[in-house]
Amino acid sequence: MLDFLPKQLFLFDPLSLFFIFVIFIVSLPSAIYSLGYFTPKANPCFAGRQAPAAEKNEYSSAKITLFWFLLVLFVLSMCVVVTVGNVLVFLVAWEIMSLVSYFLVVFDTTHEKSIQAGTIYIIMTHIGTAFLVAAFLILHKYAHSFDFAAIKNVCLIMPGPTKDIVFLLLLVGFGTKAGIVPLHVWLPYAHPQAPSQISSIMSGVMIKTAIYGIIRFVIFLLGVNSSWWGVLVLILAVITCLVGVIYALMERDIKRLLAYSSVENMGIILLGVGLAMLLVNMKMPYLAAFALIAGLYHLVNHAIFKGLLFLCAGSVYKATGTRDIEKLGGLIKKMPQTAFYFLIGSMAISALPPLNGFVSEWLTLQVFFLGALNSAGGARLFLGICASMLALTSGLAAACFVKAFGVVFLGLPRSNYAQSAKEVPLSMNFGMFFLSILVIVFGIAAGLVIKLLAKVAAVAMNVDISTMRFSLYNPTLTAQVGLPAKELGKSIYLSTPMIALVLIVMGLAGFVVYRLFAKGKPVSYQTWDCGYYKLDSRNEYTGTAFSKPFRIAFSFFLQPYRKTQKVRESFYQVKSFAYETHTTLVFKKYIYVPLIALVLKSAKFMRRMQPGSIHLYLAYIFSTLLLLIIFMHKF
Amino acid sequence: MNKITLFFLQLIFFIVVAPFLSGLITKIKNSLRMRKGQSIFQPYYNLIKLFSKIQVVSETASWIFRVTPFILISSTLTVALLVPVFIFSNPLYRMGDFIAIIFIFALGRFFLALAALDTGSSFGGMGSSREMFIASLVEPALCLVVFSVFLQFGSTNLSVFSGMHAVSVSSLVGASALFLVVIAETSRVPVDNQETHLELTMVHEAMALEYSGASLALIELAAQVKQMIWFFLIAQIIFPITTLSLVNLKGLFSWGLWYLARILIIVITMAIVEVSVAKMRLFRVADFLGFAFVLGIIASICAILGA
Repeated sequence: MLDFLPKQLFLFDPLSLFFIFVIFIVSLPSAIYSLGYFTPKANPCFAGRQAPAAEKNEYSSAKITLFWFLLVLFVLSMCVVVTVGNVLVFLVAWEIMSLVSYFLVVFDTTHEKSIQAGTIYIIMTHIGTAFLVAAFLILHKYAHSFDFAAIKNVCLIMPGPTKDIVFLLLLVGFGTKAGIVPLHVWLPYAHPQAPSQISSIMSGVMIKTAIYGIIRFVIFLLGVNSSWWGVLVLILAVITCLVGVIYALMERDIKRLLAYSSVENMGIILLGVGLAMLLVNMKMPYLAAFALIAGLYHLVNHAIFKGLLFLCAGSVYKATGTRDIEKLGGLIKKMPQTAFYFLIGSMAISALPPLNGFVSEWLTLQVFFLGALNSAGGARLFLGICASMLALTSGLAAACFVKAFGVVFLGLPRSNYAQSAKEVPLSMNFGMFFLSILVIVFGIAAGLVIKLLAKVAAVAMNVDISTMRFSLYNPTLTAQVGLPAKELGKSIYLSTPMIALVLIVMGLAGFVVYRLFAKGKPVSYQTWDCGYYKLDSRNEYTGTAFSKPFRIAFSFFLQPYRKTQKVRESFYQVKSFAYETHTTLVFKKYIYVPLIALVLKSAKFMRRMQPGSIHLYLAYIFSTLLLLIIFMHKF
Repeated sequence: MNKITLFFLQLIFFIVVAPFLSGLITKIKNSLRMRKGQSIFQPYYNLIKLFSKIQVVSETASWIFRVTPFILISSTLTVALLVPVFIFSNPLYRMGDFIAIIFIFALGRFFLALAALDTGSSFGGMGSSREMFIASLVEPALCLVVFSVFLQFGSTNLSVFSGMHAVSVSSLVGASALFLVVIAETSRVPVDNQETHLELTMVHEAMALEYSGASLALIELAAQVKQMIWFFLIAQIIFPITTLSLVNLKGLFSWGLWYLARILIIVITMAIVEVSVAKMRLFRVADFLGFAFVLGIIASICAILGA
């Protein structure tokens, strides 16, 4: 009767430990960052202006205490989620994680937007949890236990269709948290509204717990049943990548841009995970383990650089009081350190060598290629096209971050907000510094990281990796992944330390040539202005202008809307122009708005049952009782 | 020969010959247009001239603007080391492969696009935005070309190309897709125009607009070397060539002749294409590269079918 009591409460296998590691490498710098974040700032820009308290960062000490309490609870709940060995406890921890993160999203309650974002978040996350509960109940019905071990055993003999249903329920449940398109809607609302260190943890780590869920429950416990699972995940992943990055490109709110970019990166991670699911079903366990390594590598990378970028965005917000990139600009001179860290993060997320994002995207592409080589016919083409979509995503991501960095940090300041910015305190810079170092380390030490991740993947996929060759060639530190003979027997090589070295040597050589042969010292002069009187920030390209070609090329999806209006003084004189441009959020417009309308409509219909008459209610109770008696009697 | 010597030989080969190829294309174009045109060595004169000029740096520019020429040249030369020209097999070939090349080129482009935004001029923004637009659309087509080559030879490693012996349908189609990609990558006519500084048409030139003096020389050299690298990659796919064997002098001579002839064929094709088509609107470039993408898919299908 006491079957719900856990037999083995925690399990600390490499998979769990890996996620604990990811949680802490992001939470630690974020916590240090918080120290500086709550110090009130003195931006002269606020002097004569009624700014909201959150913009001025005036937090009461009680509120700061509350923040630390919530932060600790948040991190702890995530740790429990990834280590617990019992479904019931998992659900409780999952729910605590969701609720605490809700309170953190609405932490700046002075923003009306925070409340709205929080509401969207909590509704979406609970829809996800509902699906998880359904899946877990089905599992319990077969296993008669909530323990992972019992579930794993019973999953071996579970009928196929049931497994399919459980898989779909889990995919929707975890997909909501992971931000798989079209379940991503909450992400661009919730992440930007939270304080930046929380956005950093949410985007960097919390949404990754959903990937943990998919790996733990679908791959580890349930076992991949048929190949359409992997195909479905891959298709969703490709859509998620592209939709995420295209929206990120269009965005002008820097934190929302990063949130959309998280959607994109979750897609890239899922490409690895989905490919692992597909390959394991095609009886290629080693290649599948390799695909999972690629996915996990991108997972830890994304945690690091997205954490970094959110912290940088928070510093910009704190220093300027705005998140609108069209009001920023030229910050590289006011905030040189933050700018440098943001540049590192942008380079990593754009997959530029020799940083970490490059390694994981390279690995993912390689796995797709190797998977295609090992399969036949249509599957080859499918995997090739998936790979090319990943390439498109990485190209668009590079464009997106050229825009983000270029518009925010380069050129001339576009407003007083940016003009009066000051560098942030040391504790905040330290958080960013720490993560920047990790970005570089995870890029250079690729061979080592792959070797460690192989152990995680081995547990998750239940493969013996000893026949795979992972080695580091000295002294070039070339990473090698070799597959056993029955699966291609091929090895792939990459040496990020060597690339870094050659890049530096060549750059230095260029510099030496430049110093030896270039004539004279550079002269400083104003930017060429075609003889126009003086260039100012109004002549600069804005973020919206930057993304215009993309808006036109993807207009079938974005459905841009544009309005120009002339404000006339008189018939003859135009005083000013008003220009407005929007893109349509297709998922909101075509899925969520009709869905919400439907819910409201049915609620209205149901209200007729509740007219307020006590007699009617008594009649309800009586008839229910009667029905129950009949039911009990008959069945 | 010593490996290190070969490295230097390859680097110097790329740096010295790359401007010549640019000059050659311009010369052929001018001949086709019945013009006398500039000397074939004009790109060298330009580089020397630029090095002897004092450069002007915008007041708005930050350190990004100053380091970009070096990052650009270093990324390009790093790729130049990965392309099999003199070094067919060496320990460095494990450094990176065809996929890594795409990403290393992206490093230089990323910084050039940032440097263009750095000066606060709208020309720079225009160039930067367009360049990133074109570059991101190039990626999927390029990836499929790599994929089709990979399916044939089972490796993305560039030294595998040198082991190729026969031309297949797949590599022909793949190479034509790569040719379209290279037109976009090297800012050639239907996509961009190297000859003009008209703001409506320029992409690459707009990004380099604020550069002058030695920095501009480095950027131009990087663009020329990049172009040469792409020509060699097309050549390796479409005209496979076996590894150089130093058996006899006659063999070496004919090998070298064929080696250069195939580059010349690509150069001439490029010049003819540039003269015979008109510059297309920026938003048509999406269709143009979409065509390259479709060719990439066809190349992959051919590779899958074993053709």
